[in-house]
Amino acid sequence: MKLRLATAAMAALLTVSAQAATEIQWWHSMDGALNDWVNDLAKDFNASQSEFKVIPTYKGEYDQSMAAGIAAYRANNAPDILQVFEVGTATMMYSKGAVKPVAEVMKEGGAKFDPKAYIPAVSGYYTAPNGQMMSLPFNSSTTVFYYNKDAFKAAGLNPDKAPTTWPEVVSAAAKLKIAGSTCPFTTSWMTWAQLESFSTWHNTSYASKFNGFGGLDARLEFNSPLHVRHFENLANMAKQGLFVYKGRASKSQASFMSGECAMFVGSSGSYAGIKRDAKFQFAESTLPYYPDVPGAPQNTIIGGASLWVMAGKPTDHYKGVAKFFEYLSSPQVQAASHQRTGYLPITMAAFELTEKSGFYKKNPGTDVAVNQMIRKTTDKSRGVRLGNFVQIRQIVDEETEQIWIGKKTAKEALDTAVQRGNELLAKFQAANK
Amino acid sequence: MLAFPSTRLSHDKRVASFRWSRMEKRVFFRATWLPWVLLAPQLLIVAVFFFWPAGQALVQSLQQQDAFGSSVSWVGLDNFRALWNDSTYLASFQTTVVFSTLVAVLGLGCALLLAVFADRVVKGATLYKTILILPYAVAPVVSGLLWSFMFSTSIGVISWALHRLGFDWNHLLNGDHAMALVVMASVWKQISYNFLFFLAGLNAIPKSLIEAAAMDGAHPWRRFWTIQLPLLAPTTFFLLVINMVYAFFDTFAIIDSTTQGGPGKATSTLVYRVYFDGFRAMDYGGSAAQSVILMVIVIALTVVQFRYIEKKVHY
Repeated sequence: MKLRLATAAMAALLTVSAQAATEIQWWHSMDGALNDWVNDLAKDFNASQSEFKVIPTYKGEYDQSMAAGIAAYRANNAPDILQVFEVGTATMMYSKGAVKPVAEVMKEGGAKFDPKAYIPAVSGYYTAPNGQMMSLPFNSSTTVFYYNKDAFKAAGLNPDKAPTTWPEVVSAAAKLKIAGSTCPFTTSWMTWAQLESFSTWHNTSYASKFNGFGGLDARLEFNSPLHVRHFENLANMAKQGLFVYKGRASKSQASFMSGECAMFVGSSGSYAGIKRDAKFQFAESTLPYYPDVPGAPQNTIIGGASLWVMAGKPTDHYKGVAKFFEYLSSPQVQAASHQRTGYLPITMAAFELTEKSGFYKKNPGTDVAVNQMIRKTTDKSRGVRLGNFVQIRQIVDEETEQIWIGKKTAKEALDTAVQRGNELLAKFQAANK
Repeated sequence: MLAFPSTRLSHDKRVASFRWSRMEKRVFFRATWLPWVLLAPQLLIVAVFFFWPAGQALVQSLQQQDAFGSSVSWVGLDNFRALWNDSTYLASFQTTVVFSTLVAVLGLGCALLLAVFADRVVKGATLYKTILILPYAVAPVVSGLLWSFMFSTSIGVISWALHRLGFDWNHLLNGDHAMALVVMASVWKQISYNFLFFLAGLNAIPKSLIEAAAMDGAHPWRRFWTIQLPLLAPTTFFLLVINMVYAFFDTFAIIDSTTQGGPGKATSTLVYRVYFDGFRAMDYGGSAAQSVILMVIVIALTVVQFRYIEKKVHY
């Protein structure tokens, strides 16, 4: 009797699980309006078929969700999909057996997948040395130049013409200062904007071995004469009150939005937020460059995150992931996401679709980031892939702050940052042998 | 503990034998397992929440591993050697000493002042006390955020006021300002705790003592200095230990939400580095080595405090 009951219960269970959709866990770091976007993506996909159900879960900011994902993997409890920021790419890529390359997932899942459809500067960032795409580009932004048109007008500058070179930025800043600005220029993301993007924009090495793409023995090279020259330039600007340091990461954005700072280098992903909150006319433009540097401007570097598939899951989960990624990669979904969030379109088709719809004409400036990115990348501009990157970025913040205080010269600070960073790279190399 | 004596003597005789025989000073248990069983729950908690993680840290400090733990190798003392060769790590010792001393001294000082005043208030005493206890309910991160908003160089209320007064506040670039900011946020967060203990300590002092002193003509300051403060010594000592531990271990969230250790490394204390390297940068070996060092320091400090300072405390 008991046995029969048990068999019946088992049978009932089996039929239920056969009917229920396979659940795909997706951990991400998108909050606020972006959380709604992620939830809508999952909702639309779930409604489009009944076999799989994608469940997005917000797991805190980028570093937190990555730490959570890794801790979960160590406890054999990892999600199927983990959103990881670009800084964590090397850590994910060199992990042995923790992730399943996206190219493999797509192939096994029988999904349509063409890595060439992606913008090279985006897909290159997430492609292994053997040409295999490791993760799916999801939300990408890049560094751009913003300026306050009202402040430009007040200082007698042409509000419709952004300074495109660093000498032009300096002279615009000087004019803004004479007109009474207490903060003519500031930047966010010192490392990402003024070293990483600066390097690729000038087609100059950030690190050896093609910025780390060629292997684990890459070492930092951002103390070259060009880098030193740029930071000396910024230091001079700081001394004259033309550049004002407003803190690490994106803290300085508040100073631009409040109208205090007139020119600002920030993420293209901030466009929507600035547009919503700034009480002045502003415009987005390409990053300034040094016109005498051959090859400049090249392309800027991406920020943002990609989706990684964790290893050790049942086959049907991977089938679901492949289906979901196929859905995410369709030009329509990509274009809608690009227009909704301000992130890069990621695929060429999505860019063309958006252009055709007249979106860029209606929202001037939103194509700046795209234009900076859709160029053929070089070995020096494909991206940066280094281990212990979170710490390296921290070191650059610490060392460059010494320049603005006046404790170190640009050369001393960059030399120390390179030396300290290289110790970490050696450590990462040893740990991932 | 006297429930299972080894001898079957009568109660009185047993006490007598304890008192007079050197050999019989200890209580014997017939069953050796029993005390262990009684202690088990406590030991289990200590083992799981202290010895296990501490042991893990010790093991990991001798290893080098990738974030996923898939490649682990023994590296001996390499992690410690790397720290020893890192001048910024050695500098953070100094930062930690300055920070902890400021937090402990200011935290105890302010709390004592508030407690003495709250003790003297007659009307609305409960209201004052409640308000003073409130900050304890605020999470460290929130405390850090509140203070960094008030002192923010572009939107802060206080930095704006300071600027009007001709003081150029800039904790983004001035290390001293940054240190002042994290100390203020940390002290503010801990003041309620100290306050509670000081208030309880003051309440425990017999009123008659103070009244007698008052009748002898001792003014409030003298009464505080010669009666209340000496009688508060045990409380102060306890709070000193607690505050040192707090400054050493519990302040990383405040530092993370205000200065991230900057500018440069001006506010990067030992525990903040442990947190950053371990949880943000996922360098487990390096972080574990740092926490082992931190553990040794705090154990040493506690021993010193109990061996030398406690001797000067009269209960």
